[in-house]
Amino acid sequence: MHSRLRGAAALAVAGIIFAPLSALAQKTYDTGATDTEIKIGNIIPYSGPASAYGVIGKTEQAYFNKINAEGGINGRKVKFISYDDAYSPPKAVEQARRLVESDGVLLIFNSLGTPSNSAIQKYMNTKQVPQLFVASGASKWNDPKEFPWTMGWQPSYQSEAHIYAKYILKEKPDAKIGVLYQNDDFGKDYVKGLKDALGEKSASMIVAEESYGTEEPSIDDHVVKLKEAGTNVFISITTPKFAAQAIKKLAEIDWHPMQFLSNVSASIGGVIEPAGYENSQGILSAAYAKEAADPQWDNDPGMKNFLAFLQQYDPTANKLDGAVIYGYGVTQTLVHVLQMCGNDLTRANVMKQAANLKDLEIDTLLPGIKINTSPTDFAPIHQLRMMRFTGRKWELFGDIMSGELGH
Amino acid sequence: MSAAEDVVPTDQEGQAVEAVPKRAMTLGTGTSLVVLALLILTPLVVKSFVTFQMTQLLVYGLAVLALNILTGGSGQFSLGQSAFYAIGAYASAILIEQFNVNYALTIPVAGVLCFAVGFLFGQPALRLSGVYLALATFALATAMPQLLKLNFIEPWTGGVQGLVVDKPDAPFGLPMSQDTWLYYFTLAITIAVYVASVNLLRSRSGRALMAIRDNEIAASAMGVNVALYKTLAFGVSAGITGVAGALGAIVVQFVAPDSFTITLAIQLFLGMVVGGVGWLPGSFVGAAFIIFVPNMAESVSKGLSGAVFGVLLFLVIYLVPHGARQVAIASQQLIGKFRK
Repeated sequence: MHSRLRGAAALAVAGIIFAPLSALAQKTYDTGATDTEIKIGNIIPYSGPASAYGVIGKTEQAYFNKINAEGGINGRKVKFISYDDAYSPPKAVEQARRLVESDGVLLIFNSLGTPSNSAIQKYMNTKQVPQLFVASGASKWNDPKEFPWTMGWQPSYQSEAHIYAKYILKEKPDAKIGVLYQNDDFGKDYVKGLKDALGEKSASMIVAEESYGTEEPSIDDHVVKLKEAGTNVFISITTPKFAAQAIKKLAEIDWHPMQFLSNVSASIGGVIEPAGYENSQGILSAAYAKEAADPQWDNDPGMKNFLAFLQQYDPTANKLDGAVIYGYGVTQTLVHVLQMCGNDLTRANVMKQAANLKDLEIDTLLPGIKINTSPTDFAPIHQLRMMRFTGRKWELFGDIMSGELGH
Repeated sequence: MSAAEDVVPTDQEGQAVEAVPKRAMTLGTGTSLVVLALLILTPLVVKSFVTFQMTQLLVYGLAVLALNILTGGSGQFSLGQSAFYAIGAYASAILIEQFNVNYALTIPVAGVLCFAVGFLFGQPALRLSGVYLALATFALATAMPQLLKLNFIEPWTGGVQGLVVDKPDAPFGLPMSQDTWLYYFTLAITIAVYVASVNLLRSRSGRALMAIRDNEIAASAMGVNVALYKTLAFGVSAGITGVAGALGAIVVQFVAPDSFTITLAIQLFLGMVVGGVGWLPGSFVGAAFIIFVPNMAESVSKGLSGAVFGVLLFLVIYLVPHGARQVAIASQQLIGKFRK
């Protein structure tokens, strides 16, 4: 006991003597970081077909305003430079280059969209600038070997599909599955996840697959075909407009299989309401973030933080908009990473710290969902919780489930 | 004055495309040389990001030039240039990435392919004129991103995920960065295409095109094969757009269906109007407008960038309806006054 104390004292003395020296040695910066400032770049479609996501950029700016008002990150103020790419990949390349070469940012954070991020991924990795917490559900951002400077954030579509497959294997082992999916990267990623998780059984369990293109006015035919194929589980990998159509059609042809709805379309206002509350009872889905409309979070400390933030820094934001919850959560994660970096604000250290998150909890994620990364795992969130539509809202049930296979 | 008289345009004013005499289509020799010298010196003094933007400017400039030949030369409208741009870009990307063809060789291939596609599309499109042709090409532009996503060509196109293209190094061990090399490479092709276009419009074929633009009936009465020349104009325009698309794919290092939406076609159209319809050097001024002005608008207001852009565009059209050409002529007259 004594010797330990003495050792500690010796360390403390050494610390005092060497403090100025080591502090100097520790303060290392790459372009974009100084004693007083950290420059963070961002690319979001404020205009164009996906401009609804512009809200995310606004929320992120507001969150950094809050951080700066509270004294910054380890005393450094954040300068958030967010550019519009109008959801156009060539524009995203131009904006990424402008951020890195002209503005000199430390990293690019939460650039949005699978096509735009695909376009800049190679550039970012050649330049060795972090492309951190990409805003896209594609699974390809988790590839630390090929792309050590790129990392995703939200659960991938594949993770979500794994969870549905696990649920089906457990609850309905004799399922005859019919899948309706959108014919693009989103839909295909999902189907792949589903098949991977069902493993050997996928060939026998998935009885019918129907894909649709977004140009189709109606998907009624596909739904009818899936019913006629004799399926008793219906998985709807659809975007909101088509999700609502499918729910309605099921009710219309009086077909009541076990029904799954992708998280993308789990919005009550955007899908369930237009499809009808009556028709939506019992639908299954999964979530990883809290919903501001859900009364069960009224006394939740994380949700209280979120609402207090909105009131003070972003009063015009719509708290029911999932993009606001998203922007808040992902920015909180980044701030945590930058705090962990301490005075070593190099790009390599940012990636190192981002790949070293242990059981991090975020205000707006469901209780129990924790962020974990490692040098071989660049998928921060892979847990979700199942939920069932009951009455006029989603009811979470069961345990937190991991989207990783082999668990 | 009867109602019937109101709707019949009686003079040149009624025409959507103002006739441009062929001499007014280009810059003087002296000015051309100054511009050329500036373009060659630019990468030596600016950052690599600006070099990249300048390369993009040349690429879009070529695409606008192509449209200018079609609209300014033969008087046909097209809102489908993004489709030819996409074909050129994909041709180059697929050849480079899937078949390991040298990037420089993919450019003529893209040009020839797009010429063929444009020529074929021009056959039925010929029967249409004015707004109807614009609509037909509009349909082509709308269809293109979806066609590129088709399942059965996915092994080549990469589907919705697109294709990543490797950036070429400077050849023969030249001591310059990839960006600088690409700039000069693009500049060389741009100059070649520009000179060829100027010569085309000054040639017999060019005169035939302009005759068609000014009065189709009179042109055919003079013995001009209207159908042939109109399709040729379409083909040439598509071919040049394809070259621009191929260069674009190499410069941006990525192709995906979402890169070539109708927005691109409208941008090119906008570039042509701002640059001055029928004035070839204006194409590059128009390209600068569509690249830099959205960035300026964004720096004014993020939420209202579209509105700011609209106001700027409105100002340009209101103050200088003939675009950069009008500015050029005005400054020429001003210089002339000083000389006296």
